[in-house]
Amino acid sequence: MKPLHDIRNDFPILQQQVYGKPLVYLDNAATTQKPQVVIDAVCDYYRNDNANVHRGVHALSERATAHYEQARDALVAFIHAGNRREIIFVRGATEAINLVAQSWGSTNVQAGDEILISAMEHHSNIVPWQWLCERTGAVLKVIPMDDSGALLMDAFDTLLSERTRLVGVVHQSNALGTINPVAEIIAKAHAVGAKVLLDGAQALAHVAVDVQALDVDFYVTSAHKMYGPTGVGMLYAKEALLDAMPPYQGGGDMIRTVTFERSEYNDLPYKFEAGTPNIAGGIGFGAAVRYVQSLGVENIAAHEQQLLEYATAQAQACGYIRLIGTAEHKASVLSFTVNGVHPHDLGTILDRDGVAIRAGHHCAMPVMQFFGVPATARASFAVYNTQQEVDVLFAAIEQAHAMFQ
Amino acid sequence: MFDLRSLYQQVIVDHSKAPRHFGVLTPCSHDADGHNPLCGDHLHVYLQVANDGQIVDASFEGEGCAISVASASMMTEAMIGHTVTEFEALFDRFQKMVTSPVDEALDDEAMGKLAVLGGVREFPSRIKCAILCWHTVKSAITAQGGVAHTE
Ligand SMILES: Cc1ncc(COP(=O)(O)O)c(C=O)c1O
Repeated sequence: MKPLHDIRNDFPILQQQVYGKPLVYLDNAATTQKPQVVIDAVCDYYRNDNANVHRGVHALSERATAHYEQARDALVAFIHAGNRREIIFVRGATEAINLVAQSWGSTNVQAGDEILISAMEHHSNIVPWQWLCERTGAVLKVIPMDDSGALLMDAFDTLLSERTRLVGVVHQSNALGTINPVAEIIAKAHAVGAKVLLDGAQALAHVAVDVQALDVDFYVTSAHKMYGPTGVGMLYAKEALLDAMPPYQGGGDMIRTVTFERSEYNDLPYKFEAGTPNIAGGIGFGAAVRYVQSLGVENIAAHEQQLLEYATAQAQACGYIRLIGTAEHKASVLSFTVNGVHPHDLGTILDRDGVAIRAGHHCAMPVMQFFGVPATARASFAVYNTQQEVDVLFAAIEQAHAMFQ
Repeated sequence: MFDLRSLYQQVIVDHSKAPRHFGVLTPCSHDADGHNPLCGDHLHVYLQVANDGQIVDASFEGEGCAISVASASMMTEAMIGHTVTEFEALFDRFQKMVTSPVDEALDDEAMGKLAVLGGVREFPSRIKCAILCWHTVKSAITAQGGVAHTE
């Protein structure tokens, strides 16, 4: 991987100061910053190629379409999908899960069936399944976790049955950092005939993913957590599943012919892409994928792991920090509480030192309930973070702690 | 540059660590739940209002950041012994204080001890923390049993 200094220079936003202090951006699990190549891809589209896709016969539309579709191809290569028909552009991980719950759920889930999710899901992988269960009379069940934030696989084995239609699990938890044993989950789920959806909103920027090797049925992510723009994301699904699923939304682009009597749907992936898409976002997503590939996911992960270990050791060394999420397999996320300092106050105090962290429930309220805390502070790492920034973080935490002594 | 100490003045830290009038109130004529979904702050306020409209006693319980706990603690101190009408006037003055532009001078005299909470003006994301308990009392008085939100 290229030197850290050069990587930091790829991200113009990192060069700034906030409140007179160098920005230390440690809220990457919420959204990562964007490298110049992504910013350029978005700008170039608007400056040079702006046109609607898939319909114009003119030069601009052909260029826009080509760049947009190249982004799809970049994703095919990145996650080792079988082909480009399996990559659906959506608004983000949230929309991808809603799409599956509505489209696949409406034709494959009935009263008495069971949907299995985990205790550490983001709200976006809870609420759509609750709705599906309400609509169909299916039952939502939850795989529990232990005090370290690792799934209890024995309990998973017990919960899994012929009634299970789908297992929806986060690949990497945004609240805890836990990386779940997804290969084992998929193999076991398939053994009882259940499908598996993996929420890869966090994972794709930190874990190399091969959807065919995993044999996963659905894989979802958001571009903005892997150095791409907001408002665009991906649903990967096996082609046979997508073929059998009814469309999600109706409109332009998703149909082949329309009469007032009936409509014939377009081929994959367009069947699931009604309306003018987020073209600039899609093109930026492609640039982000290429950027991550140019650095190498394994290299990114190794760098972040070093930071995480360094930060974890510092947290453990000072007696007043409680780590939330200490699973053996985890990455890039340090969730914690500081004795005597509410996470919200900590966030404000750190901010004045230029340190951006997240304080709150991280859209994972059941995780907070499990650990008996209203909220946690969360520092989350990306490829551009440094050990020196971790030092700044802990110096600021010490200050905050002293303030409430 | 804004100074953190303008937000976390010692009085505020003290109130947050040892809140006054903390706990359930019995007897109690009015109570309500307050909730800030952004940070998960939860509090419950209790009032004992006499027939003549005087707030004879007040208390709160719950969980929140230093700003929300200190604000609730100081609010209970400020309102006990006053009438509901006087509370409503104080509510208006408090709301005006925490939402006024940063460069506008504060009327410290009118706010009394509550003036120390004026520092939240410089921290827009924290104004809701300071005002949650006030909204909760208001909803206890006006709509018995409703849940107050900061939204
Ligand atoms: C694990 C996880 N799943 C899903 C989401 C939802 O992503 P988005 O809001 O981009 O749709 C997030 C983002 O916070 C996440 O961290």
